[in-house]
Amino acid sequence: MKIRILNRRDSFTGLFFILLGLAGSHTASGYPLGSAMRMGAGYFPLLLGAVLAVLGAIVLIRSVRVTDDEPAQDDGFALRPAVLVGAGVIVFALVVQQLGLVLATVALTLVSGHAHREVRFGELLGLSAVLSVFGVAVFAYGLGVPLPVGPA
Amino acid sequence: MELLSHLAIGVDAAFTWTNLLYCFAGVTLGTLIGVLPGLGPVATIAMLLPVTYGLPPTAALIMLSGIYYGAQYGGSTAAILVNMPGESSSVVTCLDGHAMAKQGRAGSALGIAAIGSFFAGTVATLVVAVAATPLAAFALKFGPAEYFALMVLGLVAAVVLAQGDILKAVAMTLAGLLLGLVGVDVNSGEERFTFGLPQLADGISFVVISMGIFGIGEIIANLERDERRDVAAVRVGRILPSREDYRRSWKPVLRGSALGSLLGVLPGGGAMLGSFASYMVEKRLAKDPSRFGKGAIEGVAGPESANNAGAQTSFIPLLVMGLPANAVMALMIGAMMIHGIVPGPQVMSERPELFWGVIVSMWVGNAMLLLLNLPLIGVWVKLLAVPYRVLYPAILLFCCIGVYSVNNQMFDVLLTVAFGLLGYLFIKLRCEPAPLLLGFVLGPMLEENLRRAMLLSRGDPTVFLTRPLSLALLLLALALIVVMALPRLRATREVAFAEG
Repeated sequence: MKIRILNRRDSFTGLFFILLGLAGSHTASGYPLGSAMRMGAGYFPLLLGAVLAVLGAIVLIRSVRVTDDEPAQDDGFALRPAVLVGAGVIVFALVVQQLGLVLATVALTLVSGHAHREVRFGELLGLSAVLSVFGVAVFAYGLGVPLPVGPA
Repeated sequence: MELLSHLAIGVDAAFTWTNLLYCFAGVTLGTLIGVLPGLGPVATIAMLLPVTYGLPPTAALIMLSGIYYGAQYGGSTAAILVNMPGESSSVVTCLDGHAMAKQGRAGSALGIAAIGSFFAGTVATLVVAVAATPLAAFALKFGPAEYFALMVLGLVAAVVLAQGDILKAVAMTLAGLLLGLVGVDVNSGEERFTFGLPQLADGISFVVISMGIFGIGEIIANLERDERRDVAAVRVGRILPSREDYRRSWKPVLRGSALGSLLGVLPGGGAMLGSFASYMVEKRLAKDPSRFGKGAIEGVAGPESANNAGAQTSFIPLLVMGLPANAVMALMIGAMMIHGIVPGPQVMSERPELFWGVIVSMWVGNAMLLLLNLPLIGVWVKLLAVPYRVLYPAILLFCCIGVYSVNNQMFDVLLTVAFGLLGYLFIKLRCEPAPLLLGFVLGPMLEENLRRAMLLSRGDPTVFLTRPLSLALLLLALALIVVMALPRLRATREVAFAEG
C-alpha cells in the first residue's frame, strides 16, 4: 500500500482554495478588524478567507489516500482555445481606442477565429466584415456606445 | 378582489406598445439563445444589461425576464432535434425527446413541449401573483438577523442543489463572497482587495464576472469539445400532437407544472431542478417505465412544463425579498439596481406598475412564445445549422462591447479575460461556477446584515438563535446540510444528477 494522489484534479482544486483563502485573510488582516459588535473592514473577509482555506485543505486531504488503486485519469488543458480566445479579446481592448471599432473587430475575429480546430481564412474575413458592419451600426450608432469607428 | 385589481395594474403596464415590443424582443432573443448551444441566458442577460440603461425600468425587466423563460422554449428545440441541450434545464428532454425525433415524431415532441410550457407558464404566473402579496408582507417583518439567516439558507440551498461535489460548491460560494467584497467598504471607507487599482474601487462589476466565467470561459470549454451536429437527418413531421399524445401528456403536464412551480421558489432552484424531478416522478408513476428513454411523450411533457414553471416562480424570492434564487436572478438584481430600484418587499408597494407589469408580461410572453415556436419552428431548425466557428467570434465581440459599455473602461475588458480563463479553470476542475456568482452578489448584503445585526445585539452572536424566525431559517439550513451529509441521500442525489 502506498500513499497516492487519487485525484490530481481535486488536489489542485484544494491547493487553489487554500491559496485563495490564505491570500484573502492575510490581506484582510491588514485592515482594521474592529470588534464583534462594531466590525471593521477586515473582520468578515478574514473569517471568510480562513474558512475557505480550511475547506481547501479538506478537499486536498480527501484527494490523497492510502490505497493501491490507480490514480484517476486527468483530462488536459486545451491551450490553443484558451490562449487564442484570450488574446483576441486583449488585442481588441488594446487597439479599439486608437484604431477604432472596425479594425478592432477584424483583429478580434481573425485572432480568436484561429482557436477553432477548423480554420477557414476566407470565411473569417467575411465574418469580420459582417461583424464590423453590425457592430458599428448597432453599438456605435444605434446604442451610442462611445467608441471611435475608424482610426483616430 | 385585491388580486384582480393588482392584475389590472399589471395589464395596464404590460399592454403598452413599448412593453409589448420589449417583451417580444426578449422572448425572441431567449428562444434564439436557447436554441443555440453554448450561449446561455446568464451570458446573454449580462451582455444586454448595459443596453437596458437607456430603457424605462419596466421595459428593461420585462425584456430580460423574457430572455430567461424564452430560453426554456428554445432549449427544448435543440434538445429534441439534435440531442444537444441548449440549456441545462433541457438535459432530460434529450432522453425521450430525441428518441421521439428519431422515430419521426419530432413535431409531436416539439408541439407538446410548447403547449405544456404555455400551460405551465400560465399556472406559474398565477402562482407568482397569488403568493407575492402575503410573502412580501411577511418579508417586511424581517430585521437584519432574519435577512442574514435567510441569505445563509439561500446559499446553503444553492450549494446543495448545485451539481457535483458539495464541498467544492461551498468553497466556490465563499470565494464568491470574498470577490463580492472587493472595493470600498461602505461602512469604513476602507479600500479592500483593490491592490491600489482605482478601477477596482467601486468593486468588480458583476457583468465582468458573469461574462468572463459564463461567456468567455464557456466558449473556451466549447471549443475544446468536438462538436458534431446533425440537423439534416431529422424530419420535423406534423407539429400538432395526436389525440393519443394528449391523452398521455395531460397528467404529466399538470404534475410538471405543480412540481416546477414549487421547486422554482427554492433558493438555488430555478428551471433545472424541476425538470429533473418531473422526469423521475413520471418514470416512477408510469405503468411501463421501460418506455422511458425510447420516446415516451410523458418524459417530454412533464419536464418541459416543469422547467418553464420553475423559471417563472424563481422570480418570487427576487421580487418579494430581493434575494436571487439563481445566477440569472442575481443578474436581475443588478438590472434593478442600475435603474435605482432597491430589490425587496417594498418594490411591490412603491412600484406596483413595475412589479405587476413584469408578472403579467410573463403570461403575455408565454403566449407570444407559443406563436413563435409552433408555426416558426422551421426558422429555428435552420438556426441550428449555424456552425459554432462562426458563432463564437460574434459572441466574443458582443461580450467585449457589452463589458466596455458598463463603465466605458478597457480595464474591465481585460479583467473579463482573466475571469474567462478562471472560468475555464473551474470547468476543468469540476467546480460549478453558479454558487460563486450567487455568493458574489450576496457578499456585500450578507456582510452588511451581519454587521447590523451584531451592532443591534451589542456584539452578542446569539441574536441569530434567539429571534424565532432567524432561528427557524438557520435550523432549516442546518437540516439541509445534515440531510445532504447522510450517505443514503447523497447516493440518491448522485443518481438524480447522473440520470441526466
